[in-house]
Amino acid sequence: MGRPSAPRPAGDGSATEGRLSWRTSAVRAGRGFATALPIVIGMLLLTSLLTTLVPQGSLERLFGRDEVWDVIVAAILGSLATGHPLVGYVLAGELLARGVSLVAVTALLVSWVTVGVVQLPAEALLLGRRFAIVRNLCCLVFAVAVAYLTVGTLRLVA
Amino acid sequence: MKIGRNKGRGGWLFLASVVAGYAVTALVEADKARAALAAFLPMLGTVAPVLVLVLALMIVSERFITPRRVERWLGRNSGPGAWLIAAGAGALATGPVYPWYALLAELRRKGMQPALIAVLLYARAIKLPLLPLMAHSFGAPFTLVLSGWILAFAWLSGLVMRRFGTKTETAS
Repeated sequence: MGRPSAPRPAGDGSATEGRLSWRTSAVRAGRGFATALPIVIGMLLLTSLLTTLVPQGSLERLFGRDEVWDVIVAAILGSLATGHPLVGYVLAGELLARGVSLVAVTALLVSWVTVGVVQLPAEALLLGRRFAIVRNLCCLVFAVAVAYLTVGTLRLVA
Repeated sequence: MKIGRNKGRGGWLFLASVVAGYAVTALVEADKARAALAAFLPMLGTVAPVLVLVLALMIVSERFITPRRVERWLGRNSGPGAWLIAAGAGALATGPVYPWYALLAELRRKGMQPALIAVLLYARAIKLPLLPLMAHSFGAPFTLVLSGWILAFAWLSGLVMRRFGTKTETAS
């Protein structure tokens, strides 16, 4: 059952059509927030478990075969990675210093912040399974494209 | 809405499965499970301000943003400005992504088109507070060019999601 492309009649007939009082707004928002809370707590627990189980040093050994391989590995690694983007910057800087190509490092940086395999269950639960899967697959491909385009543009400008 | 009906119990099932993962880890390597739990608390402290911000935004959204307004600003028939709003909001959104899912789900329920949610989520890759650090580590030209391409692909991801991302889930 798809959403009609023509403009919908204003609102859905629920109480949200008119403006709510602060109290009612807080109750309704609290209810929605409570639904998301176990997902957020679960995500935090999962992230801390994965970052503890997978040591950072072991990831760097995956690189070094050739550029295309490195780009693919970097994009997948970034997709699986969790944690603050700063960790991605540090890892990317170390890889660059060890001779990994800028394209691969860029793919890692981009997929780190755009693709979230670990966050996928949370995204699917709150925004829909199809939305989450298609978006993340699309972002994985885009990470590679952005990496090549960024480095290509820099070479062109230089 | 299908998503809305499932997400209440699904969230608790997800949390239970993660706790089960901890239990298995504790059985195999108790030290690792303990270290992971020790890492969890500071992480929760980092996310807490974002959670408060999201809750506040959800209350404001309930109070002022009616479905009619969302439909007009961010709905199917909103203009190109909506794509700029989504990208700007994504660049400004701070902290981990998962607290923002709740707010986006709420806005989607009120009529925000999924394509714009995709734009917002992609534009989060432009981390404004971290740009100086990125420029320091990889150079200003790299940072500038990368941010430009991320912005372009944020909109492209919106177009792709409009075409492929929501076939069966937009019905309410």
